[in-house]
Amino acid sequence: MMQADPKPTQPPQTPYRYDGVLKVTGKAKYAAEFSEPFPKGDLLYAYMLQATVPAGTIAAMDTKAATRASGVVAVLTPFNAPKLPVGKPQPPGKRSLTVLQDNNVSYNGQPIGVVIAKSLPEAIHAARMIKVTYNETPAKLDFMGRLGEGHAPKNPGKDPASQSRADADAAFASAAVTVDNTYVTPIQNHNPMEPHGTIAWWNGEKLNVYDATQYITGDKMTLARILNVALDNVHVQDPYVGGGFGSKGSTWSHVILAAMAAKIVQKPVKLVLEREQMFGPVGYRPTTVNHIKLAAGSDGKLTLVQQDVTMSASVLEEFVEHSELPARKLYASKQIITTTKLVDCNYGVATFMRAPGEAPGTAVFEIAMDELAERLKMDPVQLRLLNYAERDPSEDKPWTSKHLRECYAQAAGRFGWSKRNATPGQMVEGNKLIGYGFGTATYPANRSAAMAKVSYLPSGRVFVGSGTQDLGTGMYTVMAQTAAANLGLDPMQMDVKLGDSTLPKAPVSGGSQSTASVGPAVDTACIQLRLKVAGVALSDKQSPVYGAKDTDVDVMHGRVFLKSNQTKGESVTSLIARNGNVPIEAEGSAEPGEDKSSMTSQSFGAVFAEVAVDKDTHMVEVRRVVATYDIGTLVNDKTGINQLEGGITWGVSFALHEEAHIDLRYGRTVNESLAEYHVPVNADIGTIDVTVLNIPDTKFNPLGARGIGEIGITGAAAAVANAIYNATGKRVRHYPITPDKIMMA
Amino acid sequence: MNPFAYSRVDAPDAAIHALLQNAKFLGGGTNLVDLMKYGVERPSTLVDINHIGLDKVQADANGATIGALVRNSDLANDPGIVANYPLLSHALLSGASAQLRNRATTGGNLMQRTRCYYFMDTAFPACNKRKPGSGCAALKGFNRIHAILGQSDEGSTSPHTCIATNPSDMNVALYALDAKVEVHGPKGKRTIPVRDFHRLPGDHPEQDTLLRPDELILSVTLPAAKFAKNSWYLKARDRQSYAFALVSVAAGLEMDGDRIKTAGLALGGVAHKPWRSAEAEHALEGKPATEETFEKAADAALAGAKGYEHNAFKVELAKQCVVRALMQASKGVQAS
Repeated sequence: MMQADPKPTQPPQTPYRYDGVLKVTGKAKYAAEFSEPFPKGDLLYAYMLQATVPAGTIAAMDTKAATRASGVVAVLTPFNAPKLPVGKPQPPGKRSLTVLQDNNVSYNGQPIGVVIAKSLPEAIHAARMIKVTYNETPAKLDFMGRLGEGHAPKNPGKDPASQSRADADAAFASAAVTVDNTYVTPIQNHNPMEPHGTIAWWNGEKLNVYDATQYITGDKMTLARILNVALDNVHVQDPYVGGGFGSKGSTWSHVILAAMAAKIVQKPVKLVLEREQMFGPVGYRPTTVNHIKLAAGSDGKLTLVQQDVTMSASVLEEFVEHSELPARKLYASKQIITTTKLVDCNYGVATFMRAPGEAPGTAVFEIAMDELAERLKMDPVQLRLLNYAERDPSEDKPWTSKHLRECYAQAAGRFGWSKRNATPGQMVEGNKLIGYGFGTATYPANRSAAMAKVSYLPSGRVFVGSGTQDLGTGMYTVMAQTAAANLGLDPMQMDVKLGDSTLPKAPVSGGSQSTASVGPAVDTACIQLRLKVAGVALSDKQSPVYGAKDTDVDVMHGRVFLKSNQTKGESVTSLIARNGNVPIEAEGSAEPGEDKSSMTSQSFGAVFAEVAVDKDTHMVEVRRVVATYDIGTLVNDKTGINQLEGGITWGVSFALHEEAHIDLRYGRTVNESLAEYHVPVNADIGTIDVTVLNIPDTKFNPLGARGIGEIGITGAAAAVANAIYNATGKRVRHYPITPDKIMMA
Repeated sequence: MNPFAYSRVDAPDAAIHALLQNAKFLGGGTNLVDLMKYGVERPSTLVDINHIGLDKVQADANGATIGALVRNSDLANDPGIVANYPLLSHALLSGASAQLRNRATTGGNLMQRTRCYYFMDTAFPACNKRKPGSGCAALKGFNRIHAILGQSDEGSTSPHTCIATNPSDMNVALYALDAKVEVHGPKGKRTIPVRDFHRLPGDHPEQDTLLRPDELILSVTLPAAKFAKNSWYLKARDRQSYAFALVSVAAGLEMDGDRIKTAGLALGGVAHKPWRSAEAEHALEGKPATEETFEKAADAALAGAKGYEHNAFKVELAKQCVVRALMQASKGVQAS
């Protein structure tokens, strides 16, 4: 039985992003832009040295010339760096970071030192004088050539405990229609606009950092643990972040190096990575090879879904890209079998990248479904509806809320899907082949414990603070809106503060969970604040509500008043003025409820794409993408839709452009710049038309909002890939789908 | 970046005199400064020539003279160029981004260096162009963007091997248009046909051009416009804008009714210099403008092409693009 969901309720909207004016006027300061509170002239500049071989040990580093070079203050190498305690694995990546603690080299590009100088050009110049000699050992670099060496992850995590291959083989052998193909996704680098950067300085035993991070609390814990500093003595600030996409979720070597360097030179030190230094030392999405087998009856009902994934992994540390997850969540099937295997390579450590698992997973699985639909001579949307998962198929649990059918219907209608010609290559406009394609989007709804602090200020404005981060996602705006909704005020009357580790703790800005986690904490804090304000009024003899019962009084719209007679009350500012003229403060926290284990909360969407493929150049234009998502309450129209549009742009990028090419002899990424590592430019993105159902999922959280940071990328790549097939009749199963692959297919 | 001296000059003569050992001229700096940051170029001195004049375009149907300091944007949008040499305008506009074109100069574009990954990253030990005699890491490396014509291929360790490509779009059009380059050095002025200006790697992959280290480019001249009514610049690339060509084709046709009187044809992205094929032009001249004619020209242009592990596709892609560009050119000029 489907339960009727409550009507959509959105908090008050803002005319523009809360921090929009600061950003467009250049006043929003990013981590590496600070030149205070230390004396500006004290700031020193660091440049990170990197290994130029993929495996072995460093025999020697000749730093004599560099040490004597102009402006150089210090050179740190594995041979002179201070010894650090071996830390426990740190969240969110359960990462054990060691920097300059031994002379081992595990990948080309690994940080092996740092030069600190009075200016950045001097630091770079000196770094080039350093002669490094290596004892090289054979490196494991050819991932595709070593697929047979795949091993199970140490932590099998999400693979089901028992799966019967025999049953699967039988289902496949007896099925009316099958698909059996291998699909490949490449290594991708996050490339946020703002490079990673850290400014570190010490006041005695106290370490301060400005750091471009998605997780100030994690940064604080990692720095404390690795540098052996008391947790309370680490202060991390990060008011604005220029994108992270997962690459700033963990604390990487450069952060530790900056703090180590600052301690040694006893001055503030700034270390900003060059763009080419962001290909290896700060994570990437690993490459995945996905063997997918689908079996269905002639009626189209799935009898087997099987996805065996082999991915690259770093010899240093395991990271599993759960590309198999969509196969486990999207459709009902008699059997669902998935496995993951890792092939150790002398690559840097992989990490979360926007929609880890679901991005490559939907990109490959939704091509396989398109192939199945074609073999069944069935409309691809019809195939999905036929196998619609009424419950979470992987865990046989109910959904807290799922309205994917409405997404299919709404998006298909707006796109004009009914005009699609199922036979490829039939729609032609001059030299262009036109194609329509479709893919289902999905991403889990995550939520973690979070805390917030709010206070009514004597001015009537309200301070709203939480130790979360705004990656350009809209967190400032969402916090302002959430508090304003609770207090009946204008969001622009809120003084929002985040990105400071002295504020109450909030989770990593990853997994699309910030709004769902911090929003409820702000909400709870505001409820507490209203009780506190009411409490002050009830005990103030001069207040019009003095002596009333606390249940009879409310605080809204800047006033405290009797619920039964709202004219009997006063402004909160006059109450505060009479009571010491000091802010009235409250804190609140929120965490996931019990439903988390008994039900599954997951977002879904339907993505349709139209492409035009040139017959001779084989270049692909994505003319339009139409998508509808079921993401619970849309908290902010602008930042929310913008996130989804940005996600779709990433999907186009996944489909057509992005790939880091690693040289198989040297282990270096060859296209380590934004000129050669392609992401879409404006000319690559046609019309993007996004709608959301805006149906609150109140079983997930009180706001009814599931996260929207990542779902946009899912499904979109497959929609483009399937549209290319519809246009050309060429099925490319190896992303990105570049002109040469279309020509050769 | 390495320390360097900077000097600014205000006239071409002063520029030539200022050019000391291991100095470089600074024009737009869009390529040179990047390579200095990467440690690939290490000039001792930069001689800033942005204030020496040479920034005018004079173009009509009888010919064009383009100052070496004319910015790519100004050249692409010059009314005389747009009207008489649309092929050059379109080639320029298909290159780089608006910001880069606003800065980049005509002379600098002629001197643009390869985008070969192994040239641009000093951490790779072998590159005959960057470090003469060190070998070629691209030959057995990731060579998707590399040459299929005119390359030096004597094995990875040979000091001659180089499969780099010239990345310019402008140069491809200049080859089809049979431009000339006016240069000035201590021994006076000389004129170099653009088709000879750039070198194939031969035995000296480190040398991109015939320009001597002490010479300054003054201007580029174009002969009378033959292809104003029938020309096309086609660029196949990995995204719609701001990407170097996988393959590009500059095609100009002088038509006599349905027949081709003369033709100019050059390819980009396939060789160490834009690849002009006289054989392909001969295959077109005097022939009817049909697909069959164009296919013969494409075969002639790609004769002897050799691909490597990742770029073998370029042979077929180039043929398809040649046919398409010629077909389009036979029908007119691309819209501005």
